[in-house]
Amino acid sequence: MKPAALRGRIWILVDATGRLIEDIDTDQIFHNAHLHITDLAQMGPLALGNLEGWKDFPRQAAPGNIIVAGRNFGAGSSRQQAVDCFLALGIAAIAAPSFSAIYFRNAVNSGFPVVRVAGLTQAVEAGLLHSGDEMEIDLRGGTGRVVVTDGQAVSDDRGALTVEPMASVPFEIYRAGGLFAFGRRDKKLGAS
Amino acid sequence: MGRTVVEKIIAGHAGGRAEPGSIVWMDLDVRSARDFGGPNVIKNFAREYGEAPLADPAKTFFTFDLCAPACTLKYADNQQACRDFARKHGMTVYDVDKGIGSHVLFEEGRARPGTTVVGTDSHLNVLGAVNAFGQGMGDVDITFAFKTGKTWFEVPESVKVVLKGRPSVLATAKDIALFLCRELGTKSIALRAAEFYGEAVRGLDLAGRLTLCSMVTEMAGIIGFVPERNTSCARDLERLGLGAAADVAPDPDASYADTITVDVTGLPPQVAVPPSPNAVKPLTEVRGTRIDSGFIGSCTNGRTEDFMRAADILRGRKVKPGVMLKVVPATRRVYQELVDKGILGDLFRAGAIIVNPGCGGCAEGHVGLTGKGEVEISTGNRNFPGKQGKGPVYLASPAVVAASCIRGEIAGPEEI
Repeated sequence: MKPAALRGRIWILVDATGRLIEDIDTDQIFHNAHLHITDLAQMGPLALGNLEGWKDFPRQAAPGNIIVAGRNFGAGSSRQQAVDCFLALGIAAIAAPSFSAIYFRNAVNSGFPVVRVAGLTQAVEAGLLHSGDEMEIDLRGGTGRVVVTDGQAVSDDRGALTVEPMASVPFEIYRAGGLFAFGRRDKKLGAS
Repeated sequence: MGRTVVEKIIAGHAGGRAEPGSIVWMDLDVRSARDFGGPNVIKNFAREYGEAPLADPAKTFFTFDLCAPACTLKYADNQQACRDFARKHGMTVYDVDKGIGSHVLFEEGRARPGTTVVGTDSHLNVLGAVNAFGQGMGDVDITFAFKTGKTWFEVPESVKVVLKGRPSVLATAKDIALFLCRELGTKSIALRAAEFYGEAVRGLDLAGRLTLCSMVTEMAGIIGFVPERNTSCARDLERLGLGAAADVAPDPDASYADTITVDVTGLPPQVAVPPSPNAVKPLTEVRGTRIDSGFIGSCTNGRTEDFMRAADILRGRKVKPGVMLKVVPATRRVYQELVDKGILGDLFRAGAIIVNPGCGGCAEGHVGLTGKGEVEISTGNRNFPGKQGKGPVYLASPAVVAASCIRGEIAGPEEI
């Protein structure tokens, strides 16, 4: 079973002015020039390859890191590679105020946690959240916490964020490790 | 309790259940994949299900439109791998000659009113124009759909978008769609199904409805419908053999999460400026911007009527020397109509480059990339950074693209 709660160092996708980038679309995440690729290992180095200021991300990110992004993350195309490229890098989760519908289900179906967190934009603007901080999120909802800032623990109320719980079906699919694993458990679905 | 259009279609495929916010397992009438996504689907299928059969080969399709015919070895290999899989499983391929999959599916009578259709195309919700529930999905979903014929789906809330007033005579469906992209942004109908009402949309023919519904994706909506029928749209549907199927109308007592009113009185032609389809301005504010190329086509503006509007402006005139005008009909059927009506000849004589049907102008694969610094004006639906190449892209109607290509700068049709 995939974990219901996560903790990891965060990368905050901000623009040159330090604001959380909204509407990051799939061509910025995984450009359409690479759509022919079907091999997961080849996808990692291309992650965020067309997002201004973030082209070095694949070299800097470490397995277990969490990405923090602005609202409507994953707008645009249906390409699964826009999820797979992060799986290839070992990214643990993406937290954003909202996700595009297709991106959300593509992630869930791959057993990759995408977490809707309210208050991220404000927390970044208020300087409460920095790349390198550690974040703790429970996918069942409740309060997300930023637990470390520059090596200093911050108090819960300063770092408090609201995590929107995942609905039961996507939560179960994610916990199973993705749609294929989930489908094998439920004989009625005809996917065993 | 009455049901909205989307609730009716979902309920008909999910054992009568369609409560907004609930998650249902939905039966799929059409499961499809393109030459993008398709190769990943067959790889997933082999890994997960081995030699097992498809749930129903007669409801499973490949549609090749991204790079058609293949211009790179990788696409050629991918397409051939899909053809081999299709042969083995007894499913149909709408191959590289056919055109944009979402359009081919309704032209071929697969996506009919009231049906559920999935495929690896984020603009598959364009099928709302024919009252089908189309959804773009990734290759994991589509692999699962090939195997089971089902998908999980959160029933979206429905919202009424009421267009008030009559746009100017120069405004087309594209100008209305672009204006809505600006007014609704990516928030107002995000993750919801929209039903468009009002004089401005009631009169749209099928081509116009396809234009409007295709851009619901850029408004972050799940799908859009135009429930009010008219004779020109009914005639178009009948011509395609889709008229006999029962219309999917919302119940009079259907309930909506919201009603949004947008005033389009006197709306002039609109242009989306780089780098977002939601950054929309009246054409007058960008008039005179120098362009290097123009593109007419895509699932948004690739129908016969779209090219007729462009031809009305280009007939007897010439594209400005140094400007490239790329023309890509949506499908082979459209191509045939353009040949029969003499439209392709008009466009050719005006200097247009005529390309075979497909997803040209929208993704690297088919044709029509822009180089660094190349300014393009396009009838496509997206102008995100780097989407169609390196150059900045403006989005507009076929008439505006035609006029701009004659002038070599962004211009309205009334200036020609």
